[in-house]
Amino acid sequence: MNILLSIDIIAKKFILSMGQVTLLTVKGLGGIFVPPFNLKLVLREVDNFGAGSLLLVDIIALFTGMVMALQTIYGLSIYGAEMYVGSVVSLSLVRELGPVLTSIMVGARVGSGIAAEIGSMQVTEQIDAMRALGASPIKKLVTPKMLAAMIALPLLTVTADIVGIFGGMVIALSELDIDRTFYINSVLTAVKISDLLSGIGKTVFFGLLIAVIGCHFGLKTTGGTTGVGRSTTITVVTISISILISDFFLTKLFLIVF
Amino acid sequence: MSKVIIEFKNVYKSFNGLLVHNGINLSIIGGEIISLLGGSGSGKSVLLKELIGLMKPDKGDITVLNQNVTQMNEEALIALREHIGMLFQGAALFDSLTVFENIAYPLREHLKLTEREIQERVAEKLHVVGLSGIEEKMPAELSGGMKKRVGLARAIATEPKIILYDEPTTGLDPMTAQRINELIIELQKKLGITTIVVTHDLHCVKTVSDRIAMLHEGKIVAVGTWEELVSSNIQVVKGFISGNICV
Repeated sequence: MNILLSIDIIAKKFILSMGQVTLLTVKGLGGIFVPPFNLKLVLREVDNFGAGSLLLVDIIALFTGMVMALQTIYGLSIYGAEMYVGSVVSLSLVRELGPVLTSIMVGARVGSGIAAEIGSMQVTEQIDAMRALGASPIKKLVTPKMLAAMIALPLLTVTADIVGIFGGMVIALSELDIDRTFYINSVLTAVKISDLLSGIGKTVFFGLLIAVIGCHFGLKTTGGTTGVGRSTTITVVTISISILISDFFLTKLFLIVF
Repeated sequence: MSKVIIEFKNVYKSFNGLLVHNGINLSIIGGEIISLLGGSGSGKSVLLKELIGLMKPDKGDITVLNQNVTQMNEEALIALREHIGMLFQGAALFDSLTVFENIAYPLREHLKLTEREIQERVAEKLHVVGLSGIEEKMPAELSGGMKKRVGLARAIATEPKIILYDEPTTGLDPMTAQRINELIIELQKKLGITTIVVTHDLHCVKTVSDRIAMLHEGKIVAVGTWEELVSSNIQVVKGFISGNICV
């Protein structure tokens, strides 16, 4: 009986949260089309999310590309097809690993930052002050972060894809008897524009997800500094799970579309 | 002659089943300084937030400058807030903005002023609170008293008709607290601002108030001047003023 009651409470909380997140998404996206437009604020956030995450994302992409190449060479050598390492590495990176790994890394870094920033503002009454001074926190905080994440994440993913493929090339050239032109050609032959669009397309949605979840938990923060810590943790967990789950559905959708 | 500009009518509010306001009725006259007195958790700050539309009461009406804030949407509330300044308990300055940007914030949101006019207005308000020349400082570089005064400069930047002070002297040394008290009186005298002070600092209440309203168990149990409250026969009022709330 108690278990059923707990499930009931958790389900209600989950549905309520989903409703709140949806409402925040609609209001935040609506803010893009309602003046005044604050481009400076958006660019500052793009710089924070994008430039601030560039090194982290590219280091991870480089080593992922290198590991991918090592494993692929090992796997394909059984069938004598190790020459095709460039095709396998590039397709995996562009379609799946680049977008998802970049989004999870940026999600952890940026999502936690958003939750901590807005959460701290919430517990120190800065959000209330903003409203009392005649500004809308949605327009001032949520919309610029949403827009910035939707711009920065695809750009970061493009760099991650390039760096990852380069990492694969370094390993392929050192482990196999192939030249650089062969590797690049195998990449260019394997990766179609639809693969690129499907990978990059996902990250626009992941960017929106990261910003909305961060803002939602930030705005819901209560209980002082402990509350800020709690919001940050739950944001990172929720973003990671949401990216992986939505990735499945988006992959399925893009396979139909392209 | 004296006109009611703020009115609470049968205001009820509860949080998670805990009743905070149990039928609040209070009228505030234009140009007066009224203090809301009450113990911690008695819902004084909530009353201010309801007045400015940051929270909605469960039931009842709140009329501010002839407008019922309980029935207004966010856009209408934003327009109304141009006429209301609020000093928050912890000053609530924006951490990421300089003192100048903090004070300029409501000016940029509400008024169409040129950059030069904004600079002049910010300098003037900082002068009023006795903090000229600190425009470029960040809130983290300020002491608690300075933060409160910058918060006050921000609250009066748009020259509002009503100003709300949430615990203006809490956590300040006696000298700074006295300076804040003087500022509250000065602003009311110079600009004729209707002032509501939420506090449990009896010295502040005695110094600044024209009238005092005592909030207890969700209701306004007494309204009057300091002298009237001191000579009140209501047990809880006597207890609070003598420092013995457990009556």
